[in-house]
Amino acid sequence: MTEKLVIVGNGMAAGRLLEHLTETDPGRYDVTLFGAEPRVNYNRIMLSPVLAGEKRFEDILIHDEAWYRTNKVSLVSGRRIVGIDRAAKTVASEDGAVVSYDRLVLATGSDPVMIPLPGHDLPEVISFRDLDDVERMTAAAAKGGKAVVIGGGLLGLEAAAGLKGRGMDVTVLHLAPTLMERQLDPSAGYLLQKELESRGIRVITRANTKAIQGGRHVESVLLEDDTELDADLVVMAVGIRPNAALARSADLEVNRGVVVDDHMQTSDPDILAVGECVEHRGTCYGLVAPLYEMAKVAAARLCDDAEAAFVGAVTSTKLKVTGIDLFSAGDFAEGEDREEIVLRDASRSIYKRLVIEDDRIVGAVLYGDTSDGAWFFDLLKEKADVADLRETLIFGRAYSGGAPLDPMEAVAALPDSAEICGCNGVCKGDIVSAITGKNLSSLEDVRTHTKASNSCGSCTGLVEQLLSVSLGDAYDPAAVKPMCGCTELGHGEVRRLIVAKELKSIPAVMQELEWTTANGCAKCRPALNYYLIATWPGEYVDDQQSRFINERVHANIQRDGTYSVVPRMWGGVTNAQELRAIADVVDKFEIPTVKCTGGQRIDMLGVRKEDLPAVWSDLNAAGLVSGHAYGKALRTVKTCVGTDWCRFGTQDSTGLGIRIEKFMWGSWTPAKVKMAVSGCPRNCAEATCKDVGVVCVESGYEIQIGGAAGLDIKGTELLGKVDTEDDAFEVIVAVVQLYREQGWYLERIYKWMARVGLETVQAQVIEDLENRRALFDRFVFSQRYSQADPWEERIRGRDAHEFAPLADLTLKEAAE
Amino acid sequence: MNDRWHKIGHLHDIPPLGARCVLTPFGRIAVFRTADDALYALEDRCPHKDGPLSQGIVHDTSVTCPLHNAVIALASGEMSGPEGGRTRTFDVRVDPASQAVELSLEPRSAEFVRPDRPLAAAE
Repeated sequence: MTEKLVIVGNGMAAGRLLEHLTETDPGRYDVTLFGAEPRVNYNRIMLSPVLAGEKRFEDILIHDEAWYRTNKVSLVSGRRIVGIDRAAKTVASEDGAVVSYDRLVLATGSDPVMIPLPGHDLPEVISFRDLDDVERMTAAAAKGGKAVVIGGGLLGLEAAAGLKGRGMDVTVLHLAPTLMERQLDPSAGYLLQKELESRGIRVITRANTKAIQGGRHVESVLLEDDTELDADLVVMAVGIRPNAALARSADLEVNRGVVVDDHMQTSDPDILAVGECVEHRGTCYGLVAPLYEMAKVAAARLCDDAEAAFVGAVTSTKLKVTGIDLFSAGDFAEGEDREEIVLRDASRSIYKRLVIEDDRIVGAVLYGDTSDGAWFFDLLKEKADVADLRETLIFGRAYSGGAPLDPMEAVAALPDSAEICGCNGVCKGDIVSAITGKNLSSLEDVRTHTKASNSCGSCTGLVEQLLSVSLGDAYDPAAVKPMCGCTELGHGEVRRLIVAKELKSIPAVMQELEWTTANGCAKCRPALNYYLIATWPGEYVDDQQSRFINERVHANIQRDGTYSVVPRMWGGVTNAQELRAIADVVDKFEIPTVKCTGGQRIDMLGVRKEDLPAVWSDLNAAGLVSGHAYGKALRTVKTCVGTDWCRFGTQDSTGLGIRIEKFMWGSWTPAKVKMAVSGCPRNCAEATCKDVGVVCVESGYEIQIGGAAGLDIKGTELLGKVDTEDDAFEVIVAVVQLYREQGWYLERIYKWMARVGLETVQAQVIEDLENRRALFDRFVFSQRYSQADPWEERIRGRDAHEFAPLADLTLKEAAE
Repeated sequence: MNDRWHKIGHLHDIPPLGARCVLTPFGRIAVFRTADDALYALEDRCPHKDGPLSQGIVHDTSVTCPLHNAVIALASGEMSGPEGGRTRTFDVRVDPASQAVELSLEPRSAEFVRPDRPLAAAE
């Protein structure tokens, strides 16, 4: 009979343990997993980027529901285990259920320490531990106001940066004289404080908090020296405490944490413990790398591997605040037999310090340039003799041993145990064996299979080099294709950094992201202009000179340098007055060709540029506005006549098409967006080859997405089916907004969908109603700044210089 | 040789990283202004397929043609890439006192040269 394994706690250690277990011996146990949080397993260390708005919850999921199903793990979320009966070998949950086990793993993690100050129980005093905390902080930040963060350690500072990024006025209170004093020496602490202050975060060190004041809500924070700081939100991030209550109540041996031996075994041989709840050789750990190590050992133990042992770990730390590079590892207290090597470069705010004892590195602090962090950390862990490297050691790997080492050779020379990805604890050996064993060929593959480079991304370069080393010429780094020749960064990276670093102009992007050209090129400038306009609506000022000519003059350039003009015809419906106005314009300006477009519009071809404003003026007078046939924007919503006329029509397809078009016109998108609404499955509006299409049926609306009928021909896929027109409308707006936020410039919806996956799109706009509404609202907000008829603006004289020649020297010359 | 220079407008009439056209007996001339206010004048005709260069995106000291993305160096009028091709260039200057822009109609490079093979970079 299969043995029963019960795991209590569904944090990162438990998640990793399950991964090892399902990989090594998938059928061995019948696994039941209890998680107190009402959700699946996620990457807790990435909560800071979620708070900062750089990632969403979906991005930091480790295992989704499907994973548990596939691996036959019964996940019981949102239910706490309250007791263990070691004699009967059962656990009991808070609702009274009793589950028996053969082997039990405790992975109960830790609790944030809440200092019992007066006022600590007010509703706006929160910790920074799980997704609920992040949601509370995000909600509080949305109201603006002032936040006080108590604790200037890793979590406190990440919380402070996140809240500041969300627009709050933030003060950090820290008891010690310098920030992060457990990981940083005073110099690095000072540089960090200066950097945070330059970002507008107030830092008070040596701050001893006396009380949190307020009646029913937080009003202020009072310090021992009677300084009073106004506060609407207080985040307490002063440390964590192993959560060993369950173990204690079961009379397992517990000190600060649950005591385990090198095999992660507690004082009861049938019970193992891993993660932050554990105390091993007198040490409790709060960083992820050692927890992963424990998970590996525990999994091996469960598979009867008697050899596997955890012998303690030296830890290293990185601060996950975008734009601050900081690394520390080991012990850097001064001592008699210790010497140090320090490098400072004030103009670049670089500080590096190595602490050496007996020719071995025992501590390292890097600020400003952390590229050698992994190398120093390896030397430290391996206790390598650095006597020969002493002279150039501080300059990093590139200078060790005289001639700069080729980065490829450097990576090739790393031992298999060298840690490549600190966030997810992935070593070189893991990555290389995954590449060769599973035939991986791209960065994305490696991310999927090993999690390396999947979190903060700072090891991406190393992972790519490993791909190169392992695959030779077979590795095509174009998998992360740069936007253009002006940068190494791909579209996704640039979009992410625009948000993360709050870059709000093209020069700011080029400066901060180190463009190699002075002002970009014809590929990157329009892309950046779009990203900025989509990310900062109402704030970013459109750069006309970064627009392709069609978008600059609101008409389509033709092969002979003339233009074509397409007025909007909402849903493809017109009338005699509009047609008459078009006919008059054609006569008056001697427009050579008039043609119907594929999207049910009338196209006037061969208009001289100088005539454009006058043509628009006449069309505007008849109520016709710009059709955006020239733009990376909503083009047309094609419709059939639906229930108005058609004997087969099931819904008012014309009406819905017009409604969508009137609501969405003017919004810029990564590439053109064509839509259609068909009134019945006969699909006369050809909705199933559009970017977004609706097929009306008797019972409601099928929303179709990701069709193409151009370079590629592709039928749409069903996004979802809804009952009412209002729901259809909301889903369509939301999905376009999602595309506006995630799409790469010139990437049509079908390509975006192939990249992110239809399921993730469905999860966000069909299943998650709140998220759908939020997307809808963001679209509405951005429309406030984009629904102005560009023709009308130019008739009034905007950008008049675009249309007239600067000078006419033809007559002058003739006269001379 | 004052006759050589024709006053065509003012520096601020031309947007930075933009261009304006001048009509001449030899056809259109495009006057470009770079980010650091240098001016260049070229025949408004792409060596590739006659596209109006004045309508392209200006970057550094080059312009990308709006029709098929040929990149033309503003200083020499030469198309970048192995295909060859060149459009004519003209002298243009700014009067430092008045900021008036003056154009010479004597072409610096007399010949307009078509590229000798199809454009590789065309998209």
